[in-house]
Amino acid sequence: METLFFLIISFVAIVSAILVITCKNPINSALALIMTFFCLATYYVMLDAPFMAAVQVMVYAGAIMVLMVFTIMLLNIRVDSSKKHSHKLVFGSIIGFFTVLNSIIVIVKGRAALPTGPYSGEMIQKFGHTELIGREMFTNFLLPFEVTSILLLVAIVGAVILAKKKI
Amino acid sequence: MGIEILGLPLMYYIAMVAKVLVAFVFVLLTVAYATYAERKIIGHMQVRLGPMRTGWHGLLQPIADGVKLFFKEEIVPSQASTFAFLVAPLIALIPAFITFAVIPFGGVIEIAGYMIPLQVAAYYDTAAGQVMDINVGALYILAMSSLGVYGIVLAGWASNSKYSLMGGLRASAQMISYELSAGLSLIAVFMLSGTLSLTKIVELQSGMGGFDWYLFKQPLAAFMFFICSLAEINRTPFDLPEAETELVSGFCTEYSSMKYAMFFMAEYANMVTVCALTATMFLGGWNGPFAVAVPLLGPIYFIAKVYFLMFTCMWIRATLPRYRYDQLMHLGWKVFIPVAFANIVVTGVIGYFI
Repeated sequence: METLFFLIISFVAIVSAILVITCKNPINSALALIMTFFCLATYYVMLDAPFMAAVQVMVYAGAIMVLMVFTIMLLNIRVDSSKKHSHKLVFGSIIGFFTVLNSIIVIVKGRAALPTGPYSGEMIQKFGHTELIGREMFTNFLLPFEVTSILLLVAIVGAVILAKKKI
Repeated sequence: MGIEILGLPLMYYIAMVAKVLVAFVFVLLTVAYATYAERKIIGHMQVRLGPMRTGWHGLLQPIADGVKLFFKEEIVPSQASTFAFLVAPLIALIPAFITFAVIPFGGVIEIAGYMIPLQVAAYYDTAAGQVMDINVGALYILAMSSLGVYGIVLAGWASNSKYSLMGGLRASAQMISYELSAGLSLIAVFMLSGTLSLTKIVELQSGMGGFDWYLFKQPLAAFMFFICSLAEINRTPFDLPEAETELVSGFCTEYSSMKYAMFFMAEYANMVTVCALTATMFLGGWNGPFAVAVPLLGPIYFIAKVYFLMFTCMWIRATLPRYRYDQLMHLGWKVFIPVAFANIVVTGVIGYFI
């Protein structure tokens, strides 16, 4: 059951990932990218990480892609501009080739082992994924968490300053 | 346990399909008759009769409307970007319907020795003796509602008309702003419940004879969540994206026939979902007097609460004039978000000392 589901989702993920780079219209590419993010969220659910899945949909598919769609809409890019940037395609395919090669080597050699650490699958089942993430984030990783929030604050202040002429 | 398919009893599949069908048909019928109820209620509030011609007191009106919309001519504007134009109504409609999967609409009922929790995405764990549901149900709903915005943005952009584009832009700005304050007002509830699972949140409200609702503990959050949700689903008084007077019904100006009907259905399905979520979060879900002892009472209480909230939505529509755009943004960013933050801080401080 789970394998079948995984195969279906993977098929959709790969097809929409290909559509992202082959679609002529940038809005359609963005839609395909949202679909890919959605499939990734499904993988997180299958890996017993529902919180990550919800955050993936909310942040990537929800927030970041809305920004992208806005940008595309307001700049009104309708022309296919890939012919102008053909040298970028070459570099892109080289990078893609090596990434695929790397992942094939890792899978064949069986190095992609299960993660080890204090948080086992049983523990996630017992406490729930959200609670464990929250616990770690607000105890062991409190400083990075706070630093990140300051970084975001700086970004917001910067955006306001850029947008407003008179403060 | 009888026949098993892929390691799960046959009853599991039957129960799942049955629950999906029941929930889907319930939402569909409610959507159809919500349009009728809205016209009727607003009519009576304005001392009119509302639809009267089709059937007894106009009861067949939704069916007549459906048939009419179904047989109207499909028009795709020649300068529209076709794929996005066709897919936008679907993107608006689907998130509105699938959010209902995680909302518990009743307790656990027993059929032929098999325990069935009345919630689509849940099963009864016999070994642990409790209902297992998706334990981030509330986040799932927030995530899905953040996807619904694409339908409207795309519809506005793909129509290639300035009214539609303005409507789409307004809608997305409004939905994104109010999503924040709706989410923040829910956090106060999560601080009390300590869980994101909707089943557990409903269970925690079952005390005091089924009246231990979060509405009484978090009245401010309940009020804010309901208002913000109204704004998020573009209901009056926040229906600026489709303001007829200035935008010629906004993002769906260029739509006709079934595609227009889909936007309409999405709007009402969103209303059902928002009312169901408010009922689950703040009005105790399916809880009520004797709901735990008599499982069949649960769905009745739940539907009664949802319909009451939907009536409130229509009442608001009949009563209040529309907001201006700058007032709307002012209300969202400068009133609701600070109040929601203050509510979280106060809840935290009080929770620490109790």
